[in-house]
Amino acid sequence: MGQIVLDKVTKSFGETQVIPPLDLKIEDGEFAVFVGPSGCGKSTLLRLIAGLEDTTSGKVLIDDEDVTQVSPSKRGLSMVFQTYALYPHMTVRKNIAFPMRMAGMSEQEQEAKIKAAAESLNLTDYLDRKPGQLSGGQRQRVAIGRAIVRDPSAFLFDEPLSNLDAALRVGMRLEITEMHKRMQTTMIYVTHDQVEAMTMADKIVVLQAGVIEQVGSPLDLYHRPQNKFVAGFIGSPKMNLIEGVEAEKQGAHTIGIRPEHVEISTTEGLWQGTVGVAEHLGSDTFVHIHGVPGCDPMTVRAAGEFSVSHGDTVYLTPNLALLHKFDDKGLRIE
Amino acid sequence: MAIVANQTRFGTYGRPVLAWVVALIFFFPIFWLVFTSFKTDADAVKPEHLLFFTPTLDNYLNMTENYDYWRFATNSVITSVFATVFALAVGIPCAYAMAFNPSRATKDVLMWMLSTKMLPAAAVLYPMTFITKSIGLFDTHFMVIVVLMLINLPIVIWMLFTYFKEIPKEIIEAGQMDGVNTWGEIKEILIPLAWGGIASTALLCFIFCWNEAYWTVRLTTTEAATLSKLIEGNRAPEGLFFGRLSAVSAAAVGPIVVLGWFCQKQLVQGLTFGAVK
Repeated sequence: MGQIVLDKVTKSFGETQVIPPLDLKIEDGEFAVFVGPSGCGKSTLLRLIAGLEDTTSGKVLIDDEDVTQVSPSKRGLSMVFQTYALYPHMTVRKNIAFPMRMAGMSEQEQEAKIKAAAESLNLTDYLDRKPGQLSGGQRQRVAIGRAIVRDPSAFLFDEPLSNLDAALRVGMRLEITEMHKRMQTTMIYVTHDQVEAMTMADKIVVLQAGVIEQVGSPLDLYHRPQNKFVAGFIGSPKMNLIEGVEAEKQGAHTIGIRPEHVEISTTEGLWQGTVGVAEHLGSDTFVHIHGVPGCDPMTVRAAGEFSVSHGDTVYLTPNLALLHKFDDKGLRIE
Repeated sequence: MAIVANQTRFGTYGRPVLAWVVALIFFFPIFWLVFTSFKTDADAVKPEHLLFFTPTLDNYLNMTENYDYWRFATNSVITSVFATVFALAVGIPCAYAMAFNPSRATKDVLMWMLSTKMLPAAAVLYPMTFITKSIGLFDTHFMVIVVLMLINLPIVIWMLFTYFKEIPKEIIEAGQMDGVNTWGEIKEILIPLAWGGIASTALLCFIFCWNEAYWTVRLTTTEAATLSKLIEGNRAPEGLFFGRLSAVSAAAVGPIVVLGWFCQKQLVQGLTFGAVK
């Protein structure tokens, strides 16, 4: 079991309130991702759940039990840190065994669990090494191994892949997702990378300035962003937000159209613009276009290779059925 | 290029020469102390025997036979060791709390601790003497240990605090998440990680305790008297017996010089840690 509920939780540092009253429910077995820009309070929220920070008010419930005043060591959660936080004076084996030793588990049981964790994380050959002798990816695996062996009610990940290079990040992302599918244990994952959020989550919690902007499945957030912030944050490249005459024509203060929902042509279209930069990725071409009224630059995604270069004139036609409309407060208009 | 060449020449020859000159200046008093300890009291003050004399071990034999050197040395070892152990026992949890759970008052508390070192010891001499006598602790090992521990505690806490601050907070937090209580954090994580720093601190504290003279001379007579008291006791109304005094002093500083020599790497690392940071 690992249902986590935040009930009107707030957090202030001195006079500054970083988390205004916040309610959130994460179901047992769910993979929830907290995503938002730097300083939005996502890590603080995770630390409140872990018990590493005290709540200023409100309650944290794990499986209906109020753990607000319970120390981190007694909450039955495991955490993987951005900096790995391995014990540098212990070997990989001892690092993984540490939480079990603290729990008073028998030597045989410890050894069996270490073996299983090491096998599943490809660490068997490194068990007698110290963290300083491992690569970043291996260290992160050890940190995950140390978290697994506790059989926690939930895993907490605090930007665990941020210190890894791009290629390794993609690999580890898949490994963590697969681990979740296998274990079906609640996971809460903090990241500022919306691609990680979209690819891993069952439920995404988008945060800004300590406030939850939207909670939903990745595709919910992609197709029905509740406000301009979520619309701009979820999706890569970002959604184009257009204000002014073009928006008014659609009866909105702002309209949003994703780069993949605009057709680009060199001959005809609704809007005209000039190519600033064309990024040729092979599978796709991202074209950044200047001169479209109310949106400069506008980004368009063309499937495959689209041969344009700086200074070329192009024509754009948005798929009007896939337009997102927002009012003057930035909220979605249905 | 000329500047670079000059710098290189200074680096190659000037710096080592300068280092040797400074080292010799600092070493000279110790050398002269040991040198004089092999002279008789009479030779020690005669200019014609300043450098050339008949060496004798009489001062050392006299010291062990008549002055009970070993009792004073034992007292110095007992008081310094226990004061260091107790200072660490109090200092480690204190520095841990301030390094990993700082409050708004932490900096002020640290400054206050250091400010106690600025208090002139003479200002509390009479109250201390009066209190220790009235509660029957004058000239006891316990009293000397407590005093030595307390006067070194600010330095111990400051040094440990600096070392502990070097340890990433996440490692301690990982320990908390792994089910460790506060004592476990200190025992399983903090002490093994900061072992080098703790050893340097202990070494320095031990040296300070060993060398302490102001309180050990004034709060003891015979029972708990340390080597400082032995040196002080070699003053006679007729004047100073330099040969004897040098032997006693050499025997008092000897153990600590030897200890410092063997642990110099650790000690230098410990003392420059904060500065480098």
